[in-house]
Amino acid sequence: MTTSNTLIVGPAQAGAAVQEDTGISRAGRRGKKSGGKLALKAFAGLVVAAVFLFPYLIMLLGSMKGRYDVLAVPPTFFPKVWHPDNYIKMWSASQTPLLDNLTSTLIIGVGATMLMLVACIPAAYYTARFRFPGRGVFLFLVVVTQMLQPTLLATGLFQEFGAIGLSDTLLAMILINAAFNLTFAIWILHSFFASIPREINEAAQIDGAGNITTLIRVNLPLVWPGIVTAVIYTFVASVSEFSASLVILTTDTNQTLPVALSKFVGQFDAAWQYLFGVSIVAIIPSVLLFMAIEKYLAGGLTAGSVK
Amino acid sequence: MGTTARITTVRRRESSLRQAVRATPWLLPAGLLIFGVVLFPAGYLVYDSTRDIGLAGVDQGSAGWANYRQLLTGYGLTHVLINSAIWVVAVVTLSIVISLAIAQLLNNQFPGRRLVRMAVLVPWAASTVMTTLTFVYGLDPYYGVINRLLVQMHILSAPFGFTKQPVPAFITAIVVGIFVSLPFTTYTILAGLANVPKEILEAAQVDGAGSMRRYFHIVLPFLRNAIALATLINIINVFNSLPILQLLTGSIPGYSADTTTTLVFKILQGEHNIGVASALSVINFAIVLVIIAIYLRTVRPTKRIED
Repeated sequence: MTTSNTLIVGPAQAGAAVQEDTGISRAGRRGKKSGGKLALKAFAGLVVAAVFLFPYLIMLLGSMKGRYDVLAVPPTFFPKVWHPDNYIKMWSASQTPLLDNLTSTLIIGVGATMLMLVACIPAAYYTARFRFPGRGVFLFLVVVTQMLQPTLLATGLFQEFGAIGLSDTLLAMILINAAFNLTFAIWILHSFFASIPREINEAAQIDGAGNITTLIRVNLPLVWPGIVTAVIYTFVASVSEFSASLVILTTDTNQTLPVALSKFVGQFDAAWQYLFGVSIVAIIPSVLLFMAIEKYLAGGLTAGSVK
Repeated sequence: MGTTARITTVRRRESSLRQAVRATPWLLPAGLLIFGVVLFPAGYLVYDSTRDIGLAGVDQGSAGWANYRQLLTGYGLTHVLINSAIWVVAVVTLSIVISLAIAQLLNNQFPGRRLVRMAVLVPWAASTVMTTLTFVYGLDPYYGVINRLLVQMHILSAPFGFTKQPVPAFITAIVVGIFVSLPFTTYTILAGLANVPKEILEAAQVDGAGSMRRYFHIVLPFLRNAIALATLINIINVFNSLPILQLLTGSIPGYSADTTTTLVFKILQGEHNIGVASALSVINFAIVLVIIAIYLRTVRPTKRIED
């Protein structure tokens, strides 16, 4: 009975697909009368957007200010002289080796994402397709993982990775970020795998394909939006992780950008213009990536229980 | 007859064991990560909290309850616990209330809606450290542009040292905490709004129910699950939040603006007292377990998947 439509329903089952058309019909029916109301809503929307973007505007303008301009008393909102060259000079800032910090951040982000895929694709596929003893316990542990965050366990993580000789290594942070983002990835992938009609998998197995072949040849091409979502979410969360990185990474060249930047505060020559420049460089790709998976974000964190 | 039944049972038991064995390789990578990076350090914390660990990290034998006793006497723990409660209740309550309003607005069709939704997403994608640093800079009494704007708009008569005194710094942190929480809570509630049946709303409108009545009697009851979910996950996130308070109140001496989370890092990094840091982490852990229990009871996140 299940038709191929179910495949398209996949994302909606993640519980996050937000209807795009709510309110159109009503607004249309009331015609001109609703024009004023519509303008009011658009205005309210503009205010909301302005509030949310305001700190990042300060960041952007600050990144273009000169060394003395950025600390001027009283301050000006716009730079007196625009310094786009900050975006080149900042990489050789004396406060922290920013180029190394960026490299460490990216290695951790990419490493954690790849490890997450290796761990989550098989787990999500198997729990979505099969019922077996221990399945409930496993899914329960996945929920608990979301609730126990690196911040809560930081002291234990510090001690554990110290004991096994992985303190101050990028590998430790790859393991930590992969583990704590498992929940989001497994929920998202699980809901995508579960939306694939049983018949498709059965047909593949009648043709003699094993579980691994069925997963790779038949399922993966159908769940790629879920994989993209899991990849982006894990990457963005890993490159912004702060608490565990703060206690694990002690050498300045190993430190990720959030840790390195947090140490700018209170320094004599804080070089806010560079801090903001690096922040802009880090935030823009993260925002663009999040925009691409906007529809699924809530679903992965809430295990589809919004419905 | 009896023998046949027994054979079937045996075979079923055998096959359920085999089912579990067959599932193992699929769950192993994720299971290892959860065990090694989530459960093991949690156990490590409990163990360390009863150990006498020197400044260099050397375990000097059992400490009994000494770490807990030191924790109760040396840090004004009652005050810190009250701070944690105020921090969580204020940030979470206000985030949910504001999110209900923003989600309601975004659930309408109006020009620029997509832009507003993207703007709301930005603090979620951006690293919290970077966002908070913009507030640290903007609120500086000398070179801070937000302070300057508040004076120019005659909201303040002179620039104010928001981050210099415990109480104003704590309140500032609450505002930043709300700002950073809003994307997740708004998106979760927005996803919940998509499930409110339009027919019922229209029927109520035909029956003459005003928009307030419709909201409180139809929309809010339908949002119950989404709100419960947004609240509980947000409680966990906010309780475990380190960077906002650390960056905004970190320069204030003493523990008067600390929560139990920021205090762990002061004890761990500032005083290198792993035993006491572990003891406080265990207390945090117990608090989070209570929240998880409430979460599992009210939201039942694995229900949909287990069915």
